[in-house]
Amino acid sequence: MTAPGWQAKHQRLTLALLGVAALVAAALLAMSALKDQASFFYAPSDVRKQGLPLDRAVRLGGMVQAGSIRRAPDGVTVHFVVGDGIATTPVTFAGITPDLFRERSGVVAEGRFNRDGSFTATNLLAKHDEKYMPPELAGKMHETKTLEP
Amino acid sequence: MIAEAGLAALWFAAALAALQLALAALGLARGQPQPIAAVRPVAIVQGALAVAAMAALIALFLASDMSVKLVVENSHAAKPWIYKFAGAWGNHEGSMLLWVTILGLAGGAVAICERRLPERTLIATLGAQAGIALGFYAFLLFASNPFARLNPAPANGLGLNPLLQDPGLAFHPPTLYIGYVGISVAFSFAVGALVTRDVGPAFARAMRPWVLGAWIFLTLGITAGSYWAYYELGWGGWWFWDPVENASLMPWLAATALLHSVTVLATRDGLRAWTVMLAVVAFSMSMIGTFLVRSGILTSVHAFAVDPERGAFILVLLALYIGGALALFAARIGTVRAGTTFSFVSREGGLVINNLLLSVILGIVLIGTLYPLIAASFGVQLSVGPPFFNKAAGPIALALVVAMAIGPLLRWRRDDASALLDRLIWPIAAAGFVGAALVVLAPPGILPLFGIALAAGLAVASVLPLVGRNLLRTPLFTWGMVVAHLGIAVSLAGMACDSAYTAETLVAATVGQPVRVGPYVVKLDGIKPVVGQNWSALEARLSATRDGDTIVLRPQSRYFSDPVTTTSESAIATQWDGQLYTVLGQADGQGRWQLRLWWKPFVTLIWLGGVLIALGGALSLVGRWRRERRTAVREGCA
Repeated sequence: MTAPGWQAKHQRLTLALLGVAALVAAALLAMSALKDQASFFYAPSDVRKQGLPLDRAVRLGGMVQAGSIRRAPDGVTVHFVVGDGIATTPVTFAGITPDLFRERSGVVAEGRFNRDGSFTATNLLAKHDEKYMPPELAGKMHETKTLEP
Repeated sequence: MIAEAGLAALWFAAALAALQLALAALGLARGQPQPIAAVRPVAIVQGALAVAAMAALIALFLASDMSVKLVVENSHAAKPWIYKFAGAWGNHEGSMLLWVTILGLAGGAVAICERRLPERTLIATLGAQAGIALGFYAFLLFASNPFARLNPAPANGLGLNPLLQDPGLAFHPPTLYIGYVGISVAFSFAVGALVTRDVGPAFARAMRPWVLGAWIFLTLGITAGSYWAYYELGWGGWWFWDPVENASLMPWLAATALLHSVTVLATRDGLRAWTVMLAVVAFSMSMIGTFLVRSGILTSVHAFAVDPERGAFILVLLALYIGGALALFAARIGTVRAGTTFSFVSREGGLVINNLLLSVILGIVLIGTLYPLIAASFGVQLSVGPPFFNKAAGPIALALVVAMAIGPLLRWRRDDASALLDRLIWPIAAAGFVGAALVVLAPPGILPLFGIALAAGLAVASVLPLVGRNLLRTPLFTWGMVVAHLGIAVSLAGMACDSAYTAETLVAATVGQPVRVGPYVVKLDGIKPVVGQNWSALEARLSATRDGDTIVLRPQSRYFSDPVTTTSESAIATQWDGQLYTVLGQADGQGRWQLRLWWKPFVTLIWLGGVLIALGGALSLVGRWRRERRTAVREGCA
């Protein structure tokens, strides 16, 4: 039989290896999921650069274009256009719009792109106050050198 | 005057924390009895002074003292008193003061109550606590003084954010903070034990109640936060993978792992280094949580104002504490010898698997939460959303549920794999039966089906440890484990039912028009204006009929003038088999009102499970406490 000390060391080594394996597994899982997610947030001009993400839920951010909000006859569907100063995307949303949803203000829509390049939103993000702008959006605006569409 | 007194109390408390740290260091280095004897009383007075400072701030809010900047920015004379009271911590400065107050209180409690630890380890623990507190005192005094005056004083305050004006949210932050701070005490114990090289079962038994207490409060805090988001945001969802939610989930995951590994250390003297490491990790997670929420670098429905300077301050504290603890860990790990060995098919082996899976989930949540911040520092703007977390953490979480069903059925030290299979027959049969029944009666999607079947299996496996025992003589901590694991099964069932069977209807309805959702027919009876203490609202009266029974719901669209905001107050009717959830939207100018209706079968199980999990923790805590008291009495008599 082996000495108990050796056995303890052996077990510690096995546990350490298991721990490392678990960490590697976590990193791999996260990385593979992140690859899909790297472009979870889109601005209208990103579509031109990266192509349409058709098969998954994404966020679309930008400014609600002036004069673009149209309410459909059913009373619950709203159509509007989101722009980032370079490109625009027509958006359809069925639901109760957040209180701060208005023209010329920032909006983040969650949903999917359609084959024709339009966007169907399942949720519009409502935030605490009128000063709020998501950093992703601030970054996009900065990139395109326009704060007002 | 009260403000100055509060500030003075804060300064004195900070000075005492510095003294406490110095005395502990001196006493341990020189081995002199006088400084060691002084550490306990100093810790108690420090805690009392922190409480005095917090009391002063609450008094200022209750009195609506508009000469204090913090009160002006976060309160309003016309607010209900309960929100004035809660407003004291519903902001950055106040919440940090609450943090350090609870920390001081915990330090005082350790100084008064802790009798199990050797004196030197206790002194080192109190020294570590003082070190943590000192950083927060410095943060308050130099970067976010809650008692700053405003001159000239305005007549009225700006008000509390209406979204925060909710009883749930008034008590949510203190609950989470008690959890965070409890973990910091566990961390101090680990540092103390490392300093005196005394990592063993006695240390584990002393640390366990703190971990357990922190874990109970974190569980309750997360459950309450989830329910708050569910009814207040009006989106019908209960978890958004919001960074602030993750900030409370991560310490919970680490504390859950710690809770299980500390049991191995306390009862079997195994996993010494791992347990100490987890205490460091858990505390790091609660610090990272504080940093994420308070630095304003996150976009979140919960995050407070953006202030990079404060973020940098907390980041420096974070680096100091975690770096210091890791350095100490590295220096002392050689002296922390591993205890007994065990076979892999054993309770210990099961707990190792539990710890590994929890760590993997923690790693995934951490990566998903921090990745956008790291990318941003390289000039890349991106966000990580729910699809990432669901895809990466979901499978591991399901594996964890399987491990959770098996683990408690294993024996300590060594078990037999084929005997284990015999014990697993009933859980597997239950999962199979429920799964098959669902497919026949009401086929859900593949994932929810898996979830409900797994929940059934786990529920049966959870109660198996009670089978064949005298229930009255079963120790309370065994009951605790059973109830907590059952709580996970209940929550899981609720989540799966919600995602499989929720019915949603969105309409623009006229008065009297019947609208169908799930088993209900809902009718809009009318809209009328109502007035509250500091808001006015349009309120809809909805009557919902199901099998001849009618319930009335009154969702509101609320308008606040200070500051100008509108919020939707959903109305929810809870039935035994689910909830009817209604939200009132805007009018379309032609006599129609937007209504969003959900029928959510068994959704309440999600939070009922959370409460059960916390209850399991509480049973465990009481059980350990009673056993220890009994042992102490016996030893005292002998």
